[in-house]
Amino acid sequence: MVVFDVTGENEHVDRLFHALSDATRRDILHRSVEGRLSVSRLAEDYPMSFAAVQKHVAVLERAGLVVKERRGREQLVRTEPDALHRARAALDRIEGLWRGRVDRMTLLITEGPRDPGEVEDETEASGT
Amino acid sequence: MSVTSVDKDFENRTLTLVCDFPVGVERVWELWADPRRLERWWGPPTYPATVEKHEFTPGGDVTYHMTGPEGDRHPGWWRVRSVEPPTTLEFLDGFGEVPGDAGGMPTVTMRLEIGEHGDGARMVLRSTFESVEAMERMVEMGMDEGMSAAIGQIDDLLAA
Repeated sequence: MVVFDVTGENEHVDRLFHALSDATRRDILHRSVEGRLSVSRLAEDYPMSFAAVQKHVAVLERAGLVVKERRGREQLVRTEPDALHRARAALDRIEGLWRGRVDRMTLLITEGPRDPGEVEDETEASGT
Repeated sequence: MSVTSVDKDFENRTLTLVCDFPVGVERVWELWADPRRLERWWGPPTYPATVEKHEFTPGGDVTYHMTGPEGDRHPGWWRVRSVEPPTTLEFLDGFGEVPGDAGGMPTVTMRLEIGEHGDGARMVLRSTFESVEAMERMVEMGMDEGMSAAIGQIDDLLAA
């Protein structure tokens, strides 16, 4: 794990790095993308107290990485990147998907001439 | 690497890929028009696709399912809007068993154009997403290939 040098020059960046430096907090971020889990629900899956998980959520909240929304008696935790940012992240991953597909297309195409009518799948191209 | 350029338009939620292949237009078209070829590239190696129905006519349906490492089955469909072999294909791409009914899940409009380029063929593929939520859902639904969602997200957050 990279140890970040917290200089205090940029409080927000420090908080962000600090928030992301812990595996449990990274896991909470990942699990809270859809915003359906409460703090107590999140806490069920970690070998630590509810209070400890609550502290982790508070660190993420101060860093602006999650928001808490009250739903009845529960507080739901939701990861909060801004809309454009979310679009960017999603499109980046969809690009990754298509790059994978185009790589497989290239393998198929360069695997040698093939009878256009042939549909037998007798040889498997190496997938990776 | 066949991908020549990638254009991501965040505002309009479109992804455009330009790919060049050292073969003729027909060979590239076959990748889409021959179901046995299609199923060899559509799903990642861990989620191979099986194409069931393959109607390459306007209003026709292509249905498939991808099979996961634990035997989990993920059905999906295309509804063909227009098709002009061997150069142009436009279709709606959705999840679920019933073509045309995504059951509230996101759909993607795909437009494929293949043309001669130099000694080979150029494939331009444009994906248009309904909304940011649709794109994210798409990623969650298994479009997230070869990269951990958590790590990608953290990288994105750090780059903000």
